Amino acid sequence: MLRFAFKRLVSLSLSLVVASVVIFLFVEVVPGDPAAYMLGMNATEETLAALRDQLGLSGTLVERYLSWVGGMLRGDFGTSYTYRTPVSEMIGERLWISLPLALYALTLSTLIAFPAGIWAASKRGSVADVSVMGLTQLGVAIPNFWFAMLMVLVFSINLRWFSAGGFAGWESGFLPAMKSLTLPAIALALPQASILARVMRSSLLDTLSEDFIRTARAKGLTKRQALWRHALRNALIPVLTIIGLQFSFLMAGAIIIENVFSLPGLGRMVFQAISARDLIVVESVVMLLVFAVIVVNFAVDIAYAAVDPRLRVRG
Amino acid sequence: MTETGFLGAALRSRSLVLGAVLTAVFVLAAVVSFAWVPHDITSMNVPDRMKGPGGAHLLGTDHFGRDILSMIMVGARTSIAVAVVAVGIGMGFGVPLGLAAAARKGSLLDEVIMRGNDLVFAFPSLLIAIMITAVFGASALNAIIAIGIFNIPVFARLTRGAALSLWTRDYVMAARVAGKGATRISFEHILPNVTNLLIVQGTIQFSLGILAEAALSYVGLGAQPPLPSWGRMLADSQTMISIAPHMAIFPGLAILLTVLGLNLMGDGLRDLFDPKIRRVGR
Amino acid sequence: MSLLEIEGLDLDIHGEAILKGVSLGVAPGQIVGVIGESGSGKSMTAFSVMQLLPDGAMCRGRVTLNGHEMLALSEQSLCRLRGNEVGMVFQEPMTALNPIQTIGAQVAETILIHEDVSRAEAMSRARGALERCELPEAKFPLSRYPHELSGGQRQRVVIAMAIALRPKLLIADEPTTALDVTTQAQILQLLRRLVDEDGMGLMLITHDLAVVADMAHEIVIMRHGEVVEAGPTARVFAEMRHPYTRALFEASGHQPERDETRRDVPLLQVREVVRDYALPRTRLFAPQEHFRAVNGVSFEIAKGESLGLVGESGCGKSTLTRAILGLEEVQSGQILLDGEPVFTGHRPNREVRRRMQVVFQDPFGSFNPRWKVGPLVTEPFHLLDDPPTGAARDAAIAEALESVGLSAEDRHKYIHEFSGGQRQRIAIARALIIKPELIILDEAVSALDVSIRAQILDLLADLSGRFGLTYLFISHDLSVVRTITDRVMVMQAGEIVEEGPTALVFDAPQHDYTKTLIAAAPVLPDRGAA
Repeated sequence: MLRFAFKRLVSLSLSLVVASVVIFLFVEVVPGDPAAYMLGMNATEETLAALRDQLGLSGTLVERYLSWVGGMLRGDFGTSYTYRTPVSEMIGERLWISLPLALYALTLSTLIAFPAGIWAASKRGSVADVSVMGLTQLGVAIPNFWFAMLMVLVFSINLRWFSAGGFAGWESGFLPAMKSLTLPAIALALPQASILARVMRSSLLDTLSEDFIRTARAKGLTKRQALWRHALRNALIPVLTIIGLQFSFLMAGAIIIENVFSLPGLGRMVFQAISARDLIVVESVVMLLVFAVIVVNFAVDIAYAAVDPRLRVRG
Repeated sequence: MTETGFLGAALRSRSLVLGAVLTAVFVLAAVVSFAWVPHDITSMNVPDRMKGPGGAHLLGTDHFGRDILSMIMVGARTSIAVAVVAVGIGMGFGVPLGLAAAARKGSLLDEVIMRGNDLVFAFPSLLIAIMITAVFGASALNAIIAIGIFNIPVFARLTRGAALSLWTRDYVMAARVAGKGATRISFEHILPNVTNLLIVQGTIQFSLGILAEAALSYVGLGAQPPLPSWGRMLADSQTMISIAPHMAIFPGLAILLTVLGLNLMGDGLRDLFDPKIRRVGR
Repeated sequence: MSLLEIEGLDLDIHGEAILKGVSLGVAPGQIVGVIGESGSGKSMTAFSVMQLLPDGAMCRGRVTLNGHEMLALSEQSLCRLRGNEVGMVFQEPMTALNPIQTIGAQVAETILIHEDVSRAEAMSRARGALERCELPEAKFPLSRYPHELSGGQRQRVVIAMAIALRPKLLIADEPTTALDVTTQAQILQLLRRLVDEDGMGLMLITHDLAVVADMAHEIVIMRHGEVVEAGPTARVFAEMRHPYTRALFEASGHQPERDETRRDVPLLQVREVVRDYALPRTRLFAPQEHFRAVNGVSFEIAKGESLGLVGESGCGKSTLTRAILGLEEVQSGQILLDGEPVFTGHRPNREVRRRMQVVFQDPFGSFNPRWKVGPLVTEPFHLLDDPPTGAARDAAIAEALESVGLSAEDRHKYIHEFSGGQRQRIAIARALIIKPELIILDEAVSALDVSIRAQILDLLADLSGRFGLTYLFISHDLSVVRTITDRVMVMQAGEIVEEGPTALVFDAPQHDYTKTLIAAAPVLPDRGAA
């Protein structure tokens, strides 16, 4: 088990290094002179030089890359050109909205999908199964930002149960803050929950047709017992993969949903940075999100091994 | 199975028929829009702005007085074009990579392809679009590239996984005994037997492409004005949602129905191609 | 009174009749062998007793188990009986166990489900059940997972689960079909011991007459969902009232007529061949380790000869086949066909390759389902520098198909339109089409029902006489090898341990392993002698 974790850790670090090189090359090398790009047409030689200095553009490519990565390892993401504040501080503030939002959505999605998927699979072909599958078919097809807009129309504008946007702030208390994240989290969670419920159902149905379920039934287990004791844990393996993949969709989706609800999260920050050509901020946010995706997939790999003893030895 | 049997089974599948009809409606709308639209959308008509559905404008008008039905028809072009090219990129690169990786399983080539796939998977389309836009500025091309790149590992993995199990079949062994090389076997024996899977996945990626294009255009990373796009129409409608909700509802419905149609078609095709399920029906 | 009584059992699945008026009985301490080919309904009879039938199944008639009317019981009562009064063992031990639970937990579950005992007690009784199935604590602690066990060991775990509560009836559905012959003998021995110790009834379902011949007290022969003959084993073998019983018996021990002329010229020469595989590294910088699949194998096949190669799974016979066919290069040694090496300068030699072909085991996986028969059988033409086209090609296809008993018109059909036996004929036609001298038959009849198998063996014998073919006949099934080969080799752990004329090796085996193999192989009694 430890060796398995270690091997995964090595490949995790490798992915991070390669990802950082790709991002670095794309954002700092492809545009030519990033300083000129960021300042636009009417930059003077002096401001250009000052910015180059601030960006650390003086050294060779390798030196610049190493100092960028070294900085990040120390928690220093550089200084935003437009805001003149350290990027790490800006990210730190906004992460406290984006991350809780993604986790809230992931929790909702799992809480909806697991019972729905299990219920549909255990009643295969019944009215319950058909209606759950029909609803998830709609849930998969609905664009989440449009669904968010419709919820604003119904729950904020017509019913006035929620505010149409903005964030109450954690300092106003846990519940008010969560309340302002609720509509965004539902909008994010619904399509993911639909996908997850479908995967859960089909994976469970596949497992239920395996030989060992027949063996369990021959021992005297009822259908229900066979499902809960033998099928479910085996069926979890593909479901875990999807949960891992969904995290990256949730992080990315959060960026878009924040726009609908005017939440001051990473998403809004990145769009402002794009229009201000603030490459430092864009680069940092992209790296952070890629880091999150890779780490979550690492966690999923470790979770596999916890579920499936065969993986522990194979590594 | 004979051809008529296949067609008969296809027509009996309700989800396939419904999906195909929905998809056909939107493809047709896009094609017709080249020749005719109910109202010209290139000129503004301020007196008619934000009219509700009904009357001369079936689905109402937007804040510039443009006909929403016409906008949706023209917007279908953008959606379909972006999705088609993005799926094309994904298949065009992904399928050969997957075939090559499976043919040389466990080799350095396989390792490089698979690790490369893992890496691309860490960059959701939106992040790629953000990076491209930050450096090159926004355009519909961004959406195509960003969605297309993300499709490559999807098809590469699918092809490799399916091909690996085919490589263990005796008929591949028979082809090797007949002196055929890996490339020849990949095209003669492996590819024809993964096409069904590719068609099914293709329809699913197509629908995901439409969703992704809408999302990117909505946040301004995709299609730029004056190019009409469903995502942009929704972005425009947002500030006016309380006074003109129809501006938000109809383009969203267009996305929903197209994606739903494609997904139903994909599900129907999968059931049709899967002999395990088909046998029960007979 | 009988333990299990089945009377006039009809079974329909989705309206299709699967069983028609099946009647049979099992008494305590009795072993009843149920025999039939695929589609005979023998497994469905077993599942009807358990009432574990697929959706859409409809049973009529009577099934009485120890006084319980199984067809009238509620699902709840059935659950109380399953595992408690009746246990079941399945064909495929590799998939019959939950891969993510320990064997201890899975055996203990049988006890926990039926009796109100503590987990600790259930575990200690599970230990006892595993001991009875000859899985000692030292080597097989309760904490083992299924993937750490071999097929035979897993089957013992499945049996332990089934007998943990000492049921009155055990149903075993082809329990040894997926196992090697020596393992099969051990499992059958175990089942017999358990029957004796517990006075349990055993319903043993198999396609192999020989398996039940010296073990079952009674035999039931099934065909197309009906019982065609039943009675005490000795009487059934002595009388064989039904023609199908006779046909089955004859097919099982079928001896094809063979042309025994051969020339003393070696066709294939294998000299000191070694084939290593690199093992995956256990640690990052550990030295590369190798697994030697074939270790210094040497032999010759004369022109027109039929040589058998016998061995259990993992002995290296498939690796050797691939090496002979020139699909993989060997690490050392030489493989020569008519004096020409199959590999020259790290490349397979086309000249040599076109003189040999192969027929595989699986009649279903041997053909690309998207191709028609015509292109399928002509695939080996790829080996020719100047393959025939047009009319010459059509004639070649017709000749090949007709020589295996099919018609030239079959070339326009897809492979799914043929039965298993017909597909194996097409596989032979594909091998014949470039007129090879050597054909490697890699378990070529192992997946076929006995009656079909007999026909294919006749065909092979006939073709070898007509075209002067040389066969390398690879099989795990000793009885088949005995009927169709002149000489036989026995392979164990990558080495040839014994070689000699077939009759001599079977009658007077020298090597211990050969003796074990032959002793383990079930044999049919002589007609009327049993």
